[in-house]
Amino acid sequence: MAVKTMTKLTLGPIAYHWSADKRRDFYARIADEAPVDEVYLGEVICSKRAPFHEADLPETIERLERAGKAVIVSTLAEVMLKRERKATQDIAAMDSPEIEVNNAAGLFARGKRAHRIGPFMNAYNEATIAWMAGQGATHVCLPAELPGAAIAVAAQAARDLGLGVEVQVFGRASLAVSARCYHARAHGRTKDNCQFVCEEDPDGMPLRTRDAQPILRVNGIQTQSESYLDLLPETARLVADGVTHLRLMPQAVDMVAVARVFRDALDGHVPTGEAEGRLAALTGDTGLSNGFYHGAAGYRRIAAAAPN
Amino acid sequence: MTSDIRIAPRSPLPGSGAVARLACAAVQPILSRVVRRIAAGHPSLFSRLGPHQGTDFVIDPVDLPFALHLRPDPQALVFRAVPREAAPPAGAVIRGRFLLLLELVDSEEDGDAAFFSRDLEVSGDTEAVVRLRNALDDVDGSIAEETAAMFGAPGRAILARLRRSYATDTKRI
Amino acid sequence: MSLAELICPAGTPAALRTAVDAGADAVYCGFQDATNARNFPGLNFTPDELAEAVVYAHAKGTKVLLALNTYPPAGKVDLWRQAADLGARLGVDAFIVADMGVADYIARAHPQMRLHLSVQAAASSPEAIRYYCENFGVKRVVLPRILTIPEIRQIRKEIPCEIETFIFGNHGLMVEGRCSLTNYLTGQSTNMDGVCSPASDVEYIRDPDGSMSSKLAGFTIDRFGADEMAGYPTICKGRYTAPNRPEGYYAFEEPVSLNLSRLLPELIDAGVHAFKIEGRQRSKSYVRGVVTAFRAAVDDIRAGRQANIADLVALTEGQKQTQGAFGTKKWR
Repeated sequence: MAVKTMTKLTLGPIAYHWSADKRRDFYARIADEAPVDEVYLGEVICSKRAPFHEADLPETIERLERAGKAVIVSTLAEVMLKRERKATQDIAAMDSPEIEVNNAAGLFARGKRAHRIGPFMNAYNEATIAWMAGQGATHVCLPAELPGAAIAVAAQAARDLGLGVEVQVFGRASLAVSARCYHARAHGRTKDNCQFVCEEDPDGMPLRTRDAQPILRVNGIQTQSESYLDLLPETARLVADGVTHLRLMPQAVDMVAVARVFRDALDGHVPTGEAEGRLAALTGDTGLSNGFYHGAAGYRRIAAAAPN
Repeated sequence: MTSDIRIAPRSPLPGSGAVARLACAAVQPILSRVVRRIAAGHPSLFSRLGPHQGTDFVIDPVDLPFALHLRPDPQALVFRAVPREAAPPAGAVIRGRFLLLLELVDSEEDGDAAFFSRDLEVSGDTEAVVRLRNALDDVDGSIAEETAAMFGAPGRAILARLRRSYATDTKRI
Repeated sequence: MSLAELICPAGTPAALRTAVDAGADAVYCGFQDATNARNFPGLNFTPDELAEAVVYAHAKGTKVLLALNTYPPAGKVDLWRQAADLGARLGVDAFIVADMGVADYIARAHPQMRLHLSVQAAASSPEAIRYYCENFGVKRVVLPRILTIPEIRQIRKEIPCEIETFIFGNHGLMVEGRCSLTNYLTGQSTNMDGVCSPASDVEYIRDPDGSMSSKLAGFTIDRFGADEMAGYPTICKGRYTAPNRPEGYYAFEEPVSLNLSRLLPELIDAGVHAFKIEGRQRSKSYVRGVVTAFRAAVDDIRAGRQANIADLVALTEGQKQTQGAFGTKKWR
């Protein structure tokens, strides 16, 4: 069954502390080569990182838009310090490009002007989505842990209100955020004197259990899944349920190739099995999981019930 | 997750086989009275157990010559003393010194400290144990006190002495 | 509204009566379902039990706050709406909420009911708090445990609602309402089901040498030597290894308990209206001991006397106390 090719592929905001150079190179390749329709930019995890790359923002936006990609700027998930409140206010004041809000402070600053709802806003259900739509939301990215049955109801409600609906289909899931920086803590420091040690882990710092089982990843104040979400086999179902945008989170793998796999599968050029094979080759040893979607433990990989 | 477990036979007392059987026979009428009285007085206790009304709990006071088998099924209540080697397969086992176990049913003392101190061993279905603990906690006053009061002034005096014993004995942090 | 209210946990009807009798100004509790964030097996109130509890508490001048502080997944919102309708009918004094859809429903369907914003909403800036106050009429915010006293003082000036802070109990470190660690390992959700590291997935494995592992859903969360204190396998309180920490370490937090008793006068001075004692899953004995001690302390402070807090170390998990971020910024 061919899937509607109107479904948009998006690239989520980089969660990790990649250097300005690394980001420039990354976005140049994305602009030139990646079959993604929309790209989210901005610092979502740690306000201390923003000064390293925010100067490049105008140029990156221009580069991506020139390549035909729509750009959205995302705000911080955790807003507490003065500089974080100011950064959020500054983004909320922008007339363009679109913005994605990840904290109620951003909603407050934005008022009823159009905005997107990010995955950290906990839009779990139709009542919350309806409320947010009434306050100017044009688009909602659902929380990664929401099971498929709930996604279907939420997506329907959002579509009825004219909102775009986005679900993460690739990359590590954000499992928790905190005021404490766990990267700093692992190195005996605090957030205030972290020395940006998170830069050492471009795909997150691996945590294992004491009997050597990989379990989680640390990224500054964020805790992530060890596995990459992989909802490629579920994309047909997601689209049928009304999801309009599928988000790929940037990981330390060839994201252009990842985007191509998803695009080819979406467009029906490649059967699911072959696409999954390509994805596995790109992601190496990292486990792929889809447990959340199927209402099971997030780390699990549930085999598809019926092939497409 | 819920697999039946057997408690390891453990007999600190000499000639324990005979001693254990004798002790069980001696306490059994008391236990029956106690459990019927508690069941009659606290019906909400059973609803808190939910599906674990049918679970077999073995409570093992390591310093006594027997263990206790509890099945809190309101239709078929079991609360009996058994020699350790005759304890049935259990959904959950709670093991500790008698004073510590007493602490858990006596709301004068905080059972969580006992739980965290490793002096209490829990094996098997942890949810069953959590339900039992929440059920026992939702009782006005104290089950230990209520039980002691069944035996009049001597019962209350014994409980008071036991409370003093575990106050000095277990609070050694 | 009295100054420095003590907000006390009520996991069961008996615990509620204990808290009321020990001098709580308010008690907070939940139904036996996913609508609250302490959905533990065998805990919480049936509708009849809540009705009786409200009568008991009100007779002694104590308020009852109903926790509806989880996030309904799409398709299941009715459970939360019905819980709110029931709470209003039974005459609870306030709802503690986190989800915007739930807050919106209550604000429209029960506009006379007081709304408190749960720590699950993670509103840690004046702007975020004002969003909830202005849109839903929130009258009190429970601050995330991550603010220092100077920050509390500052926020007080910038928000229109009352402030409630945690003063004692289990130290939650992840920003509440954004944690899906439990769902990742077990398939049950903290945000949607109100469970955290659920007992149904817990296993304690003992080795012949006396050491013990605590596991959740088959993952080893911690290991304890024969002489070490044990803990419940809460994911964020476990020990893990990292490339530069091969020996295993508390990657997120040690199992400590918050205890701000010494900071009480300063917190009252900073403008905090209410103090929340954590522990709906704790025993009556804990509730009695902690509430009694804090009641005495608050009464002392309000009367201008020196407060004398008995040492509550033994009631804390892991036997350690912390003043968390409240005392110093080093905690971050």
